[in-house]
Order: sequence, then structure tokens, then C-alpha cells
Amino acid sequence: MKEQSFDTLVIGGGAAGMAAALEVQTNGYSVAIVEREEHLGGILLQCIHNGFGLQLFKQELTGPEFADELISRVGETEIKVLLDTTVAHLSDEEEGKVAYCYSRTTGVTKITARTVILAMGCRERNRGGIRIPGTRPAGVYTAGLAQRLVNVEGFIPGKDVVIVGSGDIGLIMARRMTWVGAKVHAVVEIQPYPSGLTRNIVQCLNDFDIPLYLSHVVSRIEGKDRVERVEITPLENGIPNPDAAFEIACDTLLLSVGLIPENELAKEAGVAIHPQTNGAEVDSTMMTSVPGVFSCGNVLHVHDLADYVAEEAERTGRYVVDFLNDRVPERQIRVKAGPNVRYVAPNKINPDKPDKLYFRTLVVKNNAKLVVKVDHRIIKERKLNHVQPSEMVSLKLTAKDAEAISASPDSVMEVSVQ
Amino acid sequence: MTKEGTLLRELTCISCPIGCPLELYQGSGPDEIVVKGNKCPRGEEYGREEYLAPKRVVTCTCPTDSEVFPRIPVRTDKPLPKERINTLLDTAYRTTVSLPAERGLVIVEDFEGTGVNLITSLAMGKDAVV
Repeated sequence: MKEQSFDTLVIGGGAAGMAAALEVQTNGYSVAIVEREEHLGGILLQCIHNGFGLQLFKQELTGPEFADELISRVGETEIKVLLDTTVAHLSDEEEGKVAYCYSRTTGVTKITARTVILAMGCRERNRGGIRIPGTRPAGVYTAGLAQRLVNVEGFIPGKDVVIVGSGDIGLIMARRMTWVGAKVHAVVEIQPYPSGLTRNIVQCLNDFDIPLYLSHVVSRIEGKDRVERVEITPLENGIPNPDAAFEIACDTLLLSVGLIPENELAKEAGVAIHPQTNGAEVDSTMMTSVPGVFSCGNVLHVHDLADYVAEEAERTGRYVVDFLNDRVPERQIRVKAGPNVRYVAPNKINPDKPDKLYFRTLVVKNNAKLVVKVDHRIIKERKLNHVQPSEMVSLKLTAKDAEAISASPDSVMEVSVQ
Repeated sequence: MTKEGTLLRELTCISCPIGCPLELYQGSGPDEIVVKGNKCPRGEEYGREEYLAPKRVVTCTCPTDSEVFPRIPVRTDKPLPKERINTLLDTAYRTTVSLPAERGLVIVEDFEGTGVNLITSLAMGKDAVV
């Protein structure tokens, strides 16, 4: 077994992993990225549509172009990249963080590192996750899998398509399937509002007159060997009304019903998981409950945009550098989600050096107000033109806001929307 | 011509993921559109174009001569008039790209005289992303 050691081990070579690794390496530390696929880039490589990079690179890029920018930068550095390699075990030992990595070509490698950045991303929820009754024919795919089949492998998974869930991947696939010659008959969303970006409703559904059924569920899948039709039932005040159910003939059902952070390794290493995000609980420096283990990107919480992922990852990289230099915050206070807020990430803030927070609301609302309180005292208010659960909101506290925080270690900062 | 200042259409800007709500008003001339609600100049351009002559950036894939990577992602370098999208897709699907190919390689030049090129969006070797 080979043994290697680094200042920082990054698990996952997508947008988060590459951006974090670059930041740490630029500051003079040795970094390894372990990636289970045969190339860097992660899920960006199958997201061939445009809309990436406006924040980070100030130009509109496709997913592969966004990945290519980061891959080229990684290639110009001394970052050690282990491709086609899977981290199977991660633990916190006396000698450091220890990862056992498996590869078809190089066998087993034991990597010891002072710090670890968890950047494994998400996997998709599937049919089991939403329990659609019916038969079990071929033709039921998660939307991301279908995206990979079409864009990378070059297979078209079906001709007559119904999509469950109006998340961005589902909407993008509605357009993509149309553009490869399939007919998309409907997008079915259980919530009364779309869960993807408005721009994707416009350019992926409205452009092709694809109907979006809000407050509807796919209540049955029918077909012997292949999907033949699905039954769709409207919800009235949250309760299915079977009398108003209808059927759509189709051969393919794509599921875009949410992402699950891949935190099996994190859990094995003893990292505490946040019940709302299913990502790690992190402090103001993006460090998990295991000292020296950090987390960023979609494995921490699901982001709307790769740009936000890269921004958060860069920030995480800077905190890893601080940690390697023994610069740790003197005090931190807990951050909690208040009324109408689903979660806030990270879960702590350093009042001496406030940084960016991301949060998601529980409600759809125009002219909402963001209210930040510390121990019930308001320290910041901001108008929000429009909020909806599918659109992440960022909050940057300034040094001036933080001056108002005369916090004790037991203080709690609450982020709420009114 | 519609009376100046009339609300012509409400749109959501798709220039970037922010998705500004736009209001389009009749300007002083027949083809003059006043755009409100945009947060950046791209929104103004989008609103005007979407009303007068809608365009879209098209992204798809071309077949390759590689067994490892059967498809290469491609895009138009500028938005293409909507009515030409299907012909462009047909052309792209029938054009085989020989690997290795660099990013930005022109696959179809000046498509149907529109000034829009179809270019690769990823550098690919025969058997590895480069």
C-alpha cells in the first residue's frame, strides 16, 4: 500500500473541491484532490447548458466551460490530483486525518493529512425517495442520470417524457429532451410554486409550451416492461383529489425531486450532521464538529448556482489556511434559523470577523423583510424584493453590524424573514 | 403604432439566473421599446430583443470519433434567432468532431449567414478531458 501525506486532502474534484484546493495551494500548502471519476469537473461536465460563471468569471459560460476554467487553473499548480480513485474510509487519528483511497490502476493509497475538505457533492433522490405507487417498468430515470446519458454517453432515454419535480435539473432536461427530438408532455410539481429558477421556467418550459402542473403529483406508474402511462392527481389544500386524476401516455418518467448530500464519509469520520440540510454542521470557518475537517459546496447544503459553490469553497480554502496557521476565531456565536427560514449556513458566526451567510426561506413572498437579531435585539434589517424556497439568499454582515454584537458565548443570532 | 408609454408585455429576464421581472413599454418610435425593472444593461437588451426578434443561446452536443467520449459539448457563441434553432440542432447532430479538440474550436462557421458560430465548450483528448 502506498502512503502519502499532505497539508490538505480535498475529497471531490467538482466546482467546490477545485475552488477550495486552489485557494489552499496558492497559499503555499500541499494539496491533494481525490476524484472518483476519470476526470476533474464533477457534475459540471454534463451540465452543457449556459448560465454559469456570471458571478465568478464575469462571463456567461456553460458547465463544461466553467469546469474547464477551474481544471486549467488546477493544472497550472502543484496540486496532486488522484483520478479514478475513491475514498472508502475517513477517520480522525492521532497521526492526522487518515483516508484510504482505492483505485483500479494504482490500488490502495493511504493518505494522511492535517486538514480535510469535504466536497463530495450530492446524489439524486430517486423513486424510492418519493414512493410513487405502480409497477416497476424500465423508463424511470433520475433527471441527472438522463442528463448524463444524453450529454455524455450519447443515448436518448425515451421519446415521450413526463418530468416529476420542477427543480432546475428537471427544467433543463425538459428543454434538452425537446432538443433531442423527444416530446415532453408535462412537468408535475407537488408544491404550489415552481422549485427551479424563474428563468428556467421561461426558457425551458414556456419556450416549448410544456405544461407545468403545480400542486399535482404523479400518483401511479403503469407499464409492464416499459413505462406506458402515468396517472397525475391534483392536490387540493394538500390532499389528493382522486376524482380529478388524469392519465398521460408516455414511455419515460424523469425524476427531479431533490438532492441528497453524500455524507457517508463525513458520518464515518464522526462529523455532526445538520438535520435541515443533511450536510455537516459547520462553524464560522466552515469547519465541522471534527477539528481540521471542513465542508463546502453541495455536500454542505444544496446551492442554486455553481458560482455560489465556488465562492463558498474559496472562502473555505481561506479558513483552512487560517487553521493551518493556528489562526482560529477567539469567539463565535451560534446562528439559528428564525421564523420563515429553513436553514442558515454556516451555523456559527465570528462577531470579530463577520462573513457571508447563505439561507433559504420557507415561504414565497414579495416585499419581504430580512431581520437579523442577536439575543432578540435587531442588528440588521434589509428589504427583500422577492423570496421563494428555491432561491438561496445571501447575507453579508459588515464590521459595523458586528459592532452591535456585544455577545456572550451563549448568545444566539437569529435570521428571520417577515 | 401603439400609444407611447403603453405597457406592451411583462417578461422575466433570462440573461442570467437572477431573473429580473421586466416591463416593456412602447417608446416614441414603432421599434422603440422602453425596458423597466432590469438591474443591468443586459436586461434592457434582452427585453427589447425578446419583443422584437427573440434569440437564444443554443447548447447541445456533437458526435465524436472517440470511443471513450462519444459526444462533445458545443454551444453557439452568440444568441441565435429562435426560428433557426431546429435547423442548427440538426446540423450539430450530423457533424462529427474529430478528437482531440480544443475548447472554442469552430464547428459550424457563420450559421446560415447569422454571424453565429457553433463552438466546442470543452477541451477533449481522445480518451481524457484535457
